[in-house]
Amino acid sequence: MSRASIAIVGAAETTKLGKVPELSQTGLHADAALNAMADCGLTPADIDGIATGGHDVAEIAQYLGITPTWYDGTSVGGCSFITLVRHAAAAIAQGLCTTVLITHGESGRSNNRAHRPIFPSMQQQEFEAIYGPIIPPSRFTLPVLRKMKDDGLTEEQLAMVAVVQREWAAFHPRATARDPITVEDVLSSKMIAYPFRKLMCCLVSDGGGALILTSAERAKDFPTKPVYLRGQGGESAEGPMISQMESFTSSKAFRISGKAAFESAGIAHADVDHLMIYDAFAHLPVYGLEDLGFVGRGEGGAFIAEGNTRPGGRLPLNTNGGGLSYMHSGMYGMYALQEAVRQMRGISPAQVEGAKLSVVHGVGGMFSAAATVVMTTEDRW
Amino acid sequence: MSEKPTPAIYPETQFYWDGAKAGKLLLNSCPACDKPYFPPRPFCPTCGSREVEVIEASGRATLHSYIINHLPAPGYEPPFTVAVVMLEEGVKMVTNILDCPAEPEALILDMPLEVTFESRGDLSVPQFRPAGGAA
Repeated sequence: MSRASIAIVGAAETTKLGKVPELSQTGLHADAALNAMADCGLTPADIDGIATGGHDVAEIAQYLGITPTWYDGTSVGGCSFITLVRHAAAAIAQGLCTTVLITHGESGRSNNRAHRPIFPSMQQQEFEAIYGPIIPPSRFTLPVLRKMKDDGLTEEQLAMVAVVQREWAAFHPRATARDPITVEDVLSSKMIAYPFRKLMCCLVSDGGGALILTSAERAKDFPTKPVYLRGQGGESAEGPMISQMESFTSSKAFRISGKAAFESAGIAHADVDHLMIYDAFAHLPVYGLEDLGFVGRGEGGAFIAEGNTRPGGRLPLNTNGGGLSYMHSGMYGMYALQEAVRQMRGISPAQVEGAKLSVVHGVGGMFSAAATVVMTTEDRW
Repeated sequence: MSEKPTPAIYPETQFYWDGAKAGKLLLNSCPACDKPYFPPRPFCPTCGSREVEVIEASGRATLHSYIINHLPAPGYEPPFTVAVVMLEEGVKMVTNILDCPAEPEALILDMPLEVTFESRGDLSVPQFRPAGGAA
């Protein structure tokens, strides 16, 4: 029998999501942080560890009036917040701090910011960006035609990723895009970067989210239902030059991160009730399902197209609608974590009945980094 | 229209751009591993050895993957092709596909390509086009 050692006791998104022109990026961090502290009855004086990605962590601490004894500013893109969950867990377990606040805020739509979340990579700029792939839609998408040829992934299957996630978004009053769409709608939407059309690409939003972690021992003193971490999660990085991925049909960083998370949690794929896979673009859930081992290589597209991940399916995936339909500020990982926490608390508008175990897997940059964590309702297993 | 971007060049990569100006596609390669690699750096990313050499690539490659970009990019007129090619030496790199329509029908994966060089200001930038001339 193993016992949980770390719990998420506070969780909240910003008061508003989508269009928040009245707040700066720093303000979005603070709004989310204050909501998460209110969620679990804490004040800034109770926080001794702070972490964020894509923004100066010291500024967030100062702005909130927090004096940390531990901080972490890991910034590898959108999965940073998933990475920070496992870093925070390790810090608490090691006694470096007792109560960690992880914040995310991003003025992706209104652009009220000085901090840019994606740090320039010298080699990517020198050897790739000069050929035109300067933004995610023309860069993150580069491997996909190779995967379509080698693994049989089809445009219709990619379209189904967007269709299914829109079905999930319909449950969420806070989702940006909730109206049903069809494969035909997706395949007739504006061409962005062949073979990717607009409805296969994520939203561009303002928003934020925050989590508060502490030891499982202390978790029972809080008013919220604790969500426990199971195992140590995983992380890896392959780097920002997408041309240098070992393979265009599978992400090495995904495989290493996922394997570490599953092995340290001691779980099998059949144990997973709920799954979040970061979806900046429609191909990412396909790579994620395959690289985490839920399906075999080349089977991810068909698995989604056949309805396995849709409401009522056997593996509920991206139940908030994902970056394609819920919101995508630029670094979406925090919102995947928030939906997993809601599912484990039993309060998601798209609640999966009886869900006890959730896996959250994220990507950072354009297949540059990856992180995975496992959450559960159970304090022993 | 604005000019196409030119790279910021660093001491470790100067040889690559000097080579391009002379019409050569130069790669670093590790003799111990018998393995060329990209992008350039003065050590082998496989074994860590600093004893690496510069070789001239054959210029032959195949179309490994691509997108047809419909979004604006400085100096480019959309739609244009952004591709990843597989060099005969076994390394991948990003390029555009010149002398070829930016249409799926003209861009067949694994089709043979050859290196060419595009002038940008004082620099020359390696590019690829269908082997044996225009498609």
